[in-house]
Amino acid sequence: MNMTLSHVTLGHADAVPEGAPIKVKAAGVNVFYGNKQALFDVSLNMLDRAVTALIGPSGCGKSTFLRCINRMNDTIVGARVEGLIEIDGENVNDRSVDPVLLRSRVGMVFQKPNPFPKSIFDNVAYGPRIHGMTKNKTELADRVEAALKKAGLWAEVSDRLNSPGIGLSGGQQQRLVIARAIAVNPEVILMDEPCSALDPIATARIEELIDELRRQYCIVIVTHSMAQAARVSQRTAFFHLGKLVESGSTEAMFTNPLDPRTQDYITGRSG
Amino acid sequence: MNEHIVKSYEEELTQLAAEVARMGGLAEAQVASCIEAVAKRDVKLAEAVVARDERLDAMEIEIDARCTRLIALRQPMANDLRRTLAAIKIAGNLERCGDMAKSIAKRALQLAETEPLTPLTGPIQRLGKLVNGRLHQVLDAYTSSDVDRAVAVWSSDHEVDEHYNSLFRELLTYMMGDPRMITACTHLLFVAKNLERIGDHATNIAEVIHYELTGTPLNTPRPKGAAV
Ligand SMILES: Nc1ncnc2c1ncn2[C@@H]1O[C@H](COP(=O)(O)OP(=O)(O)OP(=O)(O)O)[C@@H](O)[C@H]1O
Ligand SMILES: [Mg+2]
Repeated sequence: MNMTLSHVTLGHADAVPEGAPIKVKAAGVNVFYGNKQALFDVSLNMLDRAVTALIGPSGCGKSTFLRCINRMNDTIVGARVEGLIEIDGENVNDRSVDPVLLRSRVGMVFQKPNPFPKSIFDNVAYGPRIHGMTKNKTELADRVEAALKKAGLWAEVSDRLNSPGIGLSGGQQQRLVIARAIAVNPEVILMDEPCSALDPIATARIEELIDELRRQYCIVIVTHSMAQAARVSQRTAFFHLGKLVESGSTEAMFTNPLDPRTQDYITGRSG
Repeated sequence: MNEHIVKSYEEELTQLAAEVARMGGLAEAQVASCIEAVAKRDVKLAEAVVARDERLDAMEIEIDARCTRLIALRQPMANDLRRTLAAIKIAGNLERCGDMAKSIAKRALQLAETEPLTPLTGPIQRLGKLVNGRLHQVLDAYTSSDVDRAVAVWSSDHEVDEHYNSLFRELLTYMMGDPRMITACTHLLFVAKNLERIGDHATNIAEVIHYELTGTPLNTPRPKGAAV
């Protein structure tokens, strides 16, 4: 049984075209940490070349849901995932799927920028190297440059590729982490509150970058800023107490949500 | 509806609605007064209506400023956003109602200098009452967040058209019967037209209230009187 409300998509310049392909499909997902259930029967389609924002109060299971998509919950002791997660119709929990390869297809960016204690170059080159994606040094250098350009960081770091990644500003580090994620040509990018440690300008840069990247990738972002969800996403899903309450076009969710719990949350009322 | 966690935000939204309601009260009083000024050939009252119109203009500016501040500082979402937008739109419609009342009052000043057209006073007053009643009802719907009441106003829009059309024909008959009456009749014709437009603003406000409260537009075809 699926009680989640769903909106009719409105005509809107930014709206995802009707019938846009589904990149990631979650169906009947339950997650347990030991005996405690954190997600209840969550079903959500995430479209390709679109940003899906996951919103909801602290502890409602947004990060847990995000971690199902790249099987990061596998690494948590006592965590158990039930239900179906598909990328392009392929079950990510299938035994034939190599989680390491899966994580190169599904990049992840966290709240706190986490560059490796290596040079800027090596941070970005890390993925292509371990996956053996380039044949020689020039190819690798080209790939690093392309990723840094896509992440909007190239102009700021091209003259100091060998200095340490952790020497960059917070906003630059976050873009470095995004460059590292896209250097392996992922298909899906997961972001868990990527701007919560950044100032408004660095935030705007990341948001602009997200808007660029979504033309090519399926992006799923967790954010506590309603304004950010409204600005960057085309689809929004509202979680509450481990359940997906409502999902739909971002425009509809922020102008006329169907469920009173969604309304209370996004307008800042106590439910 | 649950209250906002931030109390000052809740208060700002409440004050905004109160300000719109106050503006509505003044617009309604202006419309009532201008009709009375026409019916009673009351020059003083007509002049007072003309002078008071500035207050409505100032109130609209104040409401717009409140909304701008609210959007910039509070980033209202969902029903709060619709409430804010509704305030701007309703204030705009009320300001136009005020303009109509002011033009009617100016006609009253000119009508006071012509021969009285006693048989037409009744029909003009009736149209005025009907229109102001609609304005009153729709403002009640706003203050009580009563969507059914707004829809009732919206769907009885044709009554004004019917009144206006019959008054129009009557005026034409008088003008054809006695060309000396053309001046006075023309003034009354404008009065009637302005009243009819106030009725349209009441209909617009009903649509705004419907969107504010439900999030969906009122767009089923509305019963329409024959156009003149
Ligand atoms: N590793 C873990 N072990 C046990 N319980 C966990 C673990 N991670 C999360 N939980 C629990 O699962 C529920 C959902 O947590 P989750 O981190 O997914 O929420 P969230 O929506 O991301 O919250 P926030 O907005 O605060 O990041 C919470 O009750 C949390 O305590
Ligand atoms: Mg989280």
